[in-house]
Amino acid sequence: MTELRYLAPNSLDEAIKAFAAAGSAGRILAGGTDLLVQMRAGVVKPGLIVDIKKIAEMTEIEQTADGGFRVGAAVSGMALHDHASFGKVWPGVLEAVNLIGSKQVQGRASAGGNLCNGSPAGDSVPAMVAAGAIVTVQGPDGRREMPVEQVPAGPGRTNFKPGEILVSFTLPPRPKGSSDAYLRMIPRTEMDIAVVGLGVSLTLKDGVCTAARVGLGAVAPTVLLVEAAAKALIGSKLDEAALNAAAAACSAACRPIDDKRGTIAYRTKVAGVLLKRTTAIAAQRAKGN
Amino acid sequence: MTVVTNNKWIGQRTIRPDGMDKVTGRAQFAADTNMPGMIWGKVLRSPHAHARIKSINTAKAEALPGVKAVVTARDIVDFPIEKGAVMLGIQDMRWMCRNVMAREKALFPGHPIAAVAATSEAIAAEACNLIEVDYEVLPFAIEIEDAIKSDAPILHEFNKFEGKPSNIAGRIEHKKGDLAEGFKKADIVIERSFTTRPVHQGYIEPHACLISVAPDGKTTIWSSSQGQFMVRAMTAHLTGIPQSDIRAIPAEIGGGFGGKTIVYLEPLATLLAKKSGRPVKMVMTREEVMRATGPTSGSKSTVKIGATKDGKIVAAHGTFYLQAGALPGSPIRGAVGCSFTPYDIPNLLSEGYDVCSNRSKVAAYRAPGAPIGAYAVECVLDEVAEVLKMDPLDFRLKNAAKEGTKAAHGPTFPRIGYIETVEAAKASDHYKAPLGKLQGRGVASGFWFNAGGESSAQVNITEDGNVVVTTGHPDIGGSRAGIANICAELLGIDYRRVSVIIGDTQTIGFSNLTGGSRVLFASSIVVTQSTEQIIKTLRERAAKIWEIDPEAVKWEDGAAHPVSPNAGQFPPLTLKDLAEKAPAMGGPIGAGVQLNTTGADGGFGTHICDVEVDVDLGIARVTRYTAVQDVGRAIHPGYVEGQLQGGVAQGIGWALNEEYIYTKEGKVDNPGFLDYRMPVCSDLPMIDCIMVEVPNPKHPQGVKGVGEVPLVPVMAAVANAIYNALGKRFYALPMSPPKVLEVIDAPETRQAAE
Ligand SMILES: Cc1cc2nc3c(=O)[nH]c(=O)nc-3n(C[C@H](O)[C@H](O)[C@H](O)COP(=O)(O)OP(=O)(O)OC[C@H]3O[C@@H](n4cnc5c(N)ncnc54)[C@H](O)[C@@H]3O)c2cc1C
Repeated sequence: MTELRYLAPNSLDEAIKAFAAAGSAGRILAGGTDLLVQMRAGVVKPGLIVDIKKIAEMTEIEQTADGGFRVGAAVSGMALHDHASFGKVWPGVLEAVNLIGSKQVQGRASAGGNLCNGSPAGDSVPAMVAAGAIVTVQGPDGRREMPVEQVPAGPGRTNFKPGEILVSFTLPPRPKGSSDAYLRMIPRTEMDIAVVGLGVSLTLKDGVCTAARVGLGAVAPTVLLVEAAAKALIGSKLDEAALNAAAAACSAACRPIDDKRGTIAYRTKVAGVLLKRTTAIAAQRAKGN
Repeated sequence: MTVVTNNKWIGQRTIRPDGMDKVTGRAQFAADTNMPGMIWGKVLRSPHAHARIKSINTAKAEALPGVKAVVTARDIVDFPIEKGAVMLGIQDMRWMCRNVMAREKALFPGHPIAAVAATSEAIAAEACNLIEVDYEVLPFAIEIEDAIKSDAPILHEFNKFEGKPSNIAGRIEHKKGDLAEGFKKADIVIERSFTTRPVHQGYIEPHACLISVAPDGKTTIWSSSQGQFMVRAMTAHLTGIPQSDIRAIPAEIGGGFGGKTIVYLEPLATLLAKKSGRPVKMVMTREEVMRATGPTSGSKSTVKIGATKDGKIVAAHGTFYLQAGALPGSPIRGAVGCSFTPYDIPNLLSEGYDVCSNRSKVAAYRAPGAPIGAYAVECVLDEVAEVLKMDPLDFRLKNAAKEGTKAAHGPTFPRIGYIETVEAAKASDHYKAPLGKLQGRGVASGFWFNAGGESSAQVNITEDGNVVVTTGHPDIGGSRAGIANICAELLGIDYRRVSVIIGDTQTIGFSNLTGGSRVLFASSIVVTQSTEQIIKTLRERAAKIWEIDPEAVKWEDGAAHPVSPNAGQFPPLTLKDLAEKAPAMGGPIGAGVQLNTTGADGGFGTHICDVEVDVDLGIARVTRYTAVQDVGRAIHPGYVEGQLQGGVAQGIGWALNEEYIYTKEGKVDNPGFLDYRMPVCSDLPMIDCIMVEVPNPKHPQGVKGVGEVPLVPVMAAVANAIYNALGKRFYALPMSPPKVLEVIDAPETRQAAE
């Protein structure tokens, strides 16, 4: 029988030291809603678990001086929901995070865990990609920053170096007329895994889209930033031609598989449908800002 | 037979006796019992869909520290094929012994090969991995069309169909009139073929048991099942321990829906406990439940219906192929016998084929087989009504079975309530409500046989003048609440003074398992007769005290009274008074009755379903649903509605998303609730119920079984509603988003819409 050690350090340095020393046997525990399930199923058998929820920086939500946000990697969905202003500025990111699981799961699950779990179907990831979030990671060699879309390396894998831990997400300040939205297609109404997930963040000025980002999930080995779709939207009044072009770009970006959750044809079509619907919601919200 | 009429409690929504325990977490389910010295059992399961077992070497597992016992098929009592069937209820022990542990061959991925008991679950699991099995891997067939091909791999070489080795393990038919002549009279004939996928019962509580075998062989079983007597008998058969030595204690059950009418773990845990001398606990994981227990059959059906221009069905032919899984015994009887039964059809052939294939052996699932057959029949009826330009309910009314109709499966109906269900559906607000864009409405009917059978009850008056009722059927749907209502009604006391419990096998007489919608029907007969005996005793006791004739004493409002002032002037003697006086007046008051009950009438339901389809995503959502059913007499309306709503919820899952998906290797690819998609609350509208009460004249309270009928019409009602919304028919379940979108986006659909 393999032995399992559990550590819950108060400082990031301590956590990194223990995590790095444990090598491949080490696992970070945020909410545990993926990790514990995987351990029970026998998919992962860690020798050391480093719980990061006692590290202040990991559970803080901070509004930065420029009006952006820093969200700690282990902030739970419920904590983000209860924050006074986050959801007003980033309703799409919030709705994506809050879609994860049920009330019970929300009390634990974090956006950090959702990203680091590496599932192409993680709900918060396309919304974070659309938001243009920058992640801060720290490892034995110090801190660095990277765009969130560069984190996933493939199903279950990240581009972190050994010993690196995700510390926080930084979301930029919002110009006037900006908003975002996230939609996912699931066969049920909840407690399901995205067949396609799509986040849109955009800025409108006098009815013209001046900036846009589109994140697309569950249709490729990693969540995608669909630049062609954003390009089709930018400069348009979100008219039908622009939406059709953006939807086609999303469908074209898909590299899905046929599996128990959906067929290639279905996912490809749905990616386009969701682009239109999500953009409409984001635009509606942006008009009020 | 006197039907109770005062109805203080019958028909009331009383608080269920097990409610408080269940909502506070006090209820003891199978996995909640522990014992000192207890060890853990685990099952080694076949990774192959089909393989001959050449040898099993357990030496390394047995040598692992912590391992206390290992069992294989050698330890299980064999029921040799050639000796013929040994039936226990509807199960043949030849198949049961091979299902609990693979004997000659492993027949599906997940088939038990060996079981280990060790001091921890982890050690037991590790020991399973140390067991060496030499398999000769064989080609396999899972889907019906693969299993019935002429060159299909044969699961059971001994099984012959039409003289040749075959996977078709049986055929039944019901016939009436002259089919060819009937179709000649038809002005329109519609024939369609349908497929459905295997679906699991989806009970939330996995199979679990704790078993202790004393050195003298006395065995105690705590387990969750739909029948402690079934558990005792099957365990006795498979272990050789006499039934008198096995005490099977029924735990509270976290859902069964038919899936817990057979055993999986109990014989293995008993043998492990016997070998090790330690109590053994076994709890399945969800994955084991999905791979190795239940589900019901996948199916292929063809239904042909002929009708005259004026809407009379003149002939019908149904052919139903149902997957049995690894061992014979699919519910063809339900498909063949129930599907056409709501209708008076003069010329009929309904035939069914039992097809073995390399997946887990089917277990009963709510009205086994009937929903599969009704799906096909009710969808074709919808098409016939459409061609005839008749309202689908009027079409059903025109052909409805009624008192005197001879059903193809045998009986001539007594007074039945089918027509009433269709009329109530027609008259409902729901049926008249307007529909919006991309919304559709469908209807369908269904029938289930319902069962009676063996039941035992003991009713005892406590020393303080209250009542304890013991029955022998595990309570899944609220039967304890119904029995409390009935007993309180008969005795004229508050229902809270009646405590209803489920006895174990050694404390209450034989009672058939909870299935066939029998429980309240059967147990209320024996409880009524026991209570009537008690009332007789109470009247006799009062008569003795008053020194008058027992005939001059009546029982009313919980007390004995003289029948009239002429009989004498005495203050009433209450149940409490008589209980207190019992020691001096003849001793304890109680009565038990055991019967093989008869007179269970079949049940009929008619459902209305509204859907709305998201045509860009292919999602069909049920937006409104009404289940109408002839419930005989709703003893506890809340739990009757609960049965109707539960059946509908399961049927909507079956219609829209639930299915077993297999990998190329023949393994279940979605063995968990994430990818095996049962509906969650937010997927369903509030399900409305209309309870039509046509009392069963052969039951003291008019009870009919209600638990199975509500699943029968659902898939057809949903399919017909989707057709009504889209103008597109679906001939396969589930109608999941990718499949619905594929049909919507098919070129011919687009053309038709333009
Ligand atoms: C019932 C249920 C429903 C669910 N529904 C959804 C859903 O609808 N949508 C969805 O996307 N997901 C869903 N999930 C999956 C899961 O809840 C989410 O992925 C969640 O966001 C994971 O967060 P966590 O904090 O619990 O992660 P954990 O389980 O703690 O961690 C997940 C992985 O990331 C690693 N990790 C965590 N934090 C860090 C860090 N800071 N640095 C480096 N590595 C880290 C862990 O080692 C682990 O490998 C569901 C899970 C359950 C049990």
